[in-house]
Amino acid sequence: MADAVDRDLAAAAPLADDAAPAPVPARPSGVPDKVLRIVVPLGMFCLAILAWHLYVTINEVPHYILPSPVLVAQALWNDWGTLAPALFVTIKITFTALFLALVGGVGLAILLVQSRWIELALFPFAVILQVTPIVAIAPLLLIYASDTQTALLICAFLVAFFPILSNMVQGLKSVDHNLINLFELYGASRWQTLIHLKIPASLPYFMAGLRIGGGLALIAAVVAEFAAGSAGAGSGLAFRLLESQYRLNIPRLFAALVLLTATGVAIFALTSFISWLSLRRWHESAIRREN
Amino acid sequence: MSLALKTPSEQVATGRAAARPVVALTNVSKVFSNGTMALSNMTMSVRPGEFVSLLGPSGCGKSTALRIIAGLGAPSSGTIDWPSSQIDSRGLPEGDVGFVFQEPTLMPWQTVFGNVYLPLKLRGKPKNAVKDQIMETLALVGLQDFADAYPRELSGGMKMRVSIARALVTKPKLLLMDEPFAALDEITRQKLNDDVLKLWAQSGLTVIFVTHSVFESAYLSSRIVVMKARPGQVFADIALDPPLQRDDHFRTSETYRAICAEVSDALQAAIVKGGGVHHG
Repeated sequence: MADAVDRDLAAAAPLADDAAPAPVPARPSGVPDKVLRIVVPLGMFCLAILAWHLYVTINEVPHYILPSPVLVAQALWNDWGTLAPALFVTIKITFTALFLALVGGVGLAILLVQSRWIELALFPFAVILQVTPIVAIAPLLLIYASDTQTALLICAFLVAFFPILSNMVQGLKSVDHNLINLFELYGASRWQTLIHLKIPASLPYFMAGLRIGGGLALIAAVVAEFAAGSAGAGSGLAFRLLESQYRLNIPRLFAALVLLTATGVAIFALTSFISWLSLRRWHESAIRREN
Repeated sequence: MSLALKTPSEQVATGRAAARPVVALTNVSKVFSNGTMALSNMTMSVRPGEFVSLLGPSGCGKSTALRIIAGLGAPSSGTIDWPSSQIDSRGLPEGDVGFVFQEPTLMPWQTVFGNVYLPLKLRGKPKNAVKDQIMETLALVGLQDFADAYPRELSGGMKMRVSIARALVTKPKLLLMDEPFAALDEITRQKLNDDVLKLWAQSGLTVIFVTHSVFESAYLSSRIVVMKARPGQVFADIALDPPLQRDDHFRTSETYRAICAEVSDALQAAIVKGGGVHHG
């Protein structure tokens, strides 16, 4: 952005002499600031783990109640053969559900804003699906779905679907009215207005929906698996978690938990990165300000 | 220097006698769904090359009239004719109208180039084929070096220039401007007034300019249509001919002062006739 503004001075165009915003000066202490932003949270994280370790060793807490971080790391290493396939299953369910929720949520949102009648007819169903706790429908889905994996997928989909739908509807409806008039003035078709105006304009809303939906898909995949796991079927991380609890293998339970958390963090980082990547050029939410 | 005050019906008569109008409104009324009568029997025609200001108090329907001319919302009754244009399937002149809103109304996710390209893109013109045309239009408003900038990087005045470039890129016969500079500071506004006048003089455009500023209308126009509120109607039609040299000297001249005084009187009378200034 700075170089567009810098050119202002060089350009001295005949008409463009009203003031452009002043160029943002480079921060003199840019590098130390960047280092600090990594070092501070990382250092704090290490301190917390150290405190955990010290607490367990000093108080001689039994490992079946609270294992030390060393023990958890060992479990992670030794049980990787068991945990990795389970992690893969959970990730697969989460991402498939998220993908379906994106397609379904955006698709239905576009359909809903086409006409008030469609919206009136369909929106109640979307709300009913959303407000019903998924743990309550999981047993039903286990009966109806052909296999457990499908049931888990449907659960995760249902949960991730709604935030994407409602954000997208909101976005599609929040388009600047003057811009809509402008498109009308130039004889834009419905399709052109959708592609060139409504969808780009609702991108920030979509990204908010994506970030929420991504987190929820993982949570739903785990919660649904608790329901399925209690029925004795399933091989995702949540099932391994329950299994470890039954066997009082608490270090492994923690190891599974660490993997779940890491997956959640990774999804958050990924969706935030996608959001930043698509909005950084123009949207306020992705622009850093000096004041 | 003659300042002729004409009634709307006389204006129509002289309009017919001269060159064929670009656009002619006949008994146009507009009633909104809430029952508000925004326009009542408005009759006005605009000849090629005119710079017409629609001046009036809030609620006199001047913006409504402009939007109806642009095809944004049909009139409740009355007709709008385009005697010198090709009419498309929507009853609008084929690509002959440019519109500048009060806000710059730019797409923030598009660059300056992308925003100016929009009207051509919507007509299915490939970007490469119209690149030169877009750059020429940007040069016309002095923004040729900002083609790759995003709207948020520009000042208010520059955004308005982009908006004007977008309206001009289709080379319209008629440029409609809805209080385009109302939100700008006085200095930027004066500069843009001069620029619009320059564009108008160079290109032979016809301009309809909505404003609530007596001074702005007196500075810019070749004709000022004063409107009154409740219901919105043409109250006075003031032609400023012969063409005047508009520059810094004009701004301080006795002629300008006299025009302002006359227009101001007409506006005052329109406000009294319209039942005074209502707030809201």
